Amino acid sequence: MVKRIKPDLSLSIGKLKLKNPVMAASGTFGYAEEFKDFIDLKKLGAIVTKTITVKPRYGNLPPRTCETPAGMLNSIGLENPGIDKFIREKLPFLKKLAVPLIVSIAAEESPDEFLVLIEQLDKINEVSAIELNISCPNLQKNKLISQDTKDTFEVIGSVRKFTQKCLITKLSPNVTSISEIAQAAQDAGSDALALINTLGGMSIDVNKRIPKLGSWVGGLSGPAIRPVAVKMVWEAYNKIKIPIIGMGGIIDTESALEFLLAGASAISIGTANFINPGVSLEIISGLEKYMAGNNIPDLSQLTGKLRACQD
Amino acid sequence: MKIAQIKTKIISNKRFSGNYWHLEFESGVIAKNALPGQFVNIKVNNGLEPLLRRPISVHRVKGRKVKLFYEVVGAGTQVLSQRKPGELLDIIGPLGNGFDYRGAIKAKAGKNILVAGGMGVAPLVFLAQRLLRPSGAGNDTIILIGAKTKKQVLCAQEFKALGCTVRLATDDGSVGFRGKVTDLLKQQLSVTGHRSSVIYTCGPRAMLKAVSEIARENKINAQLSLEEHMACGIGACLGCVVSTKDGYQRVCKDGPVFLSQELIW
Repeated sequence: MVKRIKPDLSLSIGKLKLKNPVMAASGTFGYAEEFKDFIDLKKLGAIVTKTITVKPRYGNLPPRTCETPAGMLNSIGLENPGIDKFIREKLPFLKKLAVPLIVSIAAEESPDEFLVLIEQLDKINEVSAIELNISCPNLQKNKLISQDTKDTFEVIGSVRKFTQKCLITKLSPNVTSISEIAQAAQDAGSDALALINTLGGMSIDVNKRIPKLGSWVGGLSGPAIRPVAVKMVWEAYNKIKIPIIGMGGIIDTESALEFLLAGASAISIGTANFINPGVSLEIISGLEKYMAGNNIPDLSQLTGKLRACQD
Repeated sequence: MKIAQIKTKIISNKRFSGNYWHLEFESGVIAKNALPGQFVNIKVNNGLEPLLRRPISVHRVKGRKVKLFYEVVGAGTQVLSQRKPGELLDIIGPLGNGFDYRGAIKAKAGKNILVAGGMGVAPLVFLAQRLLRPSGAGNDTIILIGAKTKKQVLCAQEFKALGCTVRLATDDGSVGFRGKVTDLLKQQLSVTGHRSSVIYTCGPRAMLKAVSEIARENKINAQLSLEEHMACGIGACLGCVVSTKDGYQRVCKDGPVFLSQELIW
């Protein structure tokens, strides 16, 4: 009988060291405290906070969510208490967890707001990495930063000068070529990419003849977008060298593995947290089991290890 | 108080009448911790359709058994109604902030005025159960139930059995007061007076708004149980918010029960 290996699930993303590749995605995990009754938070690879802005944001008009086939639309509108209150009221709990903490940040009006946020966060040791959310679809903007290669390059470049912390850039799938944007992010000094944010979507109540969301349109998430996300991870992986954190409709070990094989170094769980708060830990043990069963000693033997159908 | 995620067998799941169903399951932890006005969030099947859980208020608690009373209104509740006894359900609960009835069970408390519209009876039965004074010192709870017609009046017998005074209002006058339950509430307040009474209510949004207005005019406290579509049910996604004097609040976590004076309509 062959001796089963004990797989190593740890990995590095720039300076960020993770004990396993499973993260809780921004906006779907609150500030982690909401999940403390359900799972041992310490077991997570990393936690990405709800996106923080300089000033508090009240968010968009309700209704803010609606269910769609195998997915959901949301238009929360980055409701958050602002950076000061975040540091005062939400950070203490997160610090105590001793789990790599990734703070997601966004600018409302001007990219300079990123610098204000970075200045505050850079001083905090427990903040392991910063995720630049330049792809939120719910800010009623005509164009997102991550929908333009030049804007993407400039924003990341200016932020890069002000912090040595690991910088992750979250990109929008609502683009013509994800690999071009990914390349721009890499060139500007991003340490990693988070792929993908939600896909723009709309749903209509035909009896009332009104949109189902208060802000008319929103972002689609859940298993419905998974094939789109897997493809974008695969495309970006073939173009760039920095690590990719894959997400978009992961609900179990199999769907997590799709992303890893497509080229993701780590994965994030989003909408599935709403359905099963324990799903991240189930996926961590599922990955371990899969790797042991397939004699895969570590994640480097899994990421992007895709064969052609004909091989 | 701890929230639990459990997988438990359905004890019974039966049509009560029309589109109304009773579902019973066993959970010591939910039965022990649940308070009136709180809800459970149910994954109605294992598939992707529907994707999200369905929030349903706790209707009664007996020993380790929890009973729900729900109306089949869409795809989620339709699937739930087809689930059979013995099958496993994935349930999270108890969730949210329920009714605050601590004042109501004190000796000198005023009358408890419960106002239900349609399915709004569901959590109020649980509340009426808890409002029973251990001393048996008389009946201080009155429930006003509103429905379109006599056929749609729900739970009147259950409230009677719990010692409540029951008054009915139907749109067509087929039983009780002819008209809206909120008009019946106005009439009730003008007849009985309401020193230190508290209104507890659950029902359609328009009814809750009208009850709020009546409570304000009569200077009575009212606690309103709201219903919203939810994504997470545990306060994480900020999807089910409602406008309050303190900005947006989450129906799932800060509610579903709110004081009438907190809400902005």
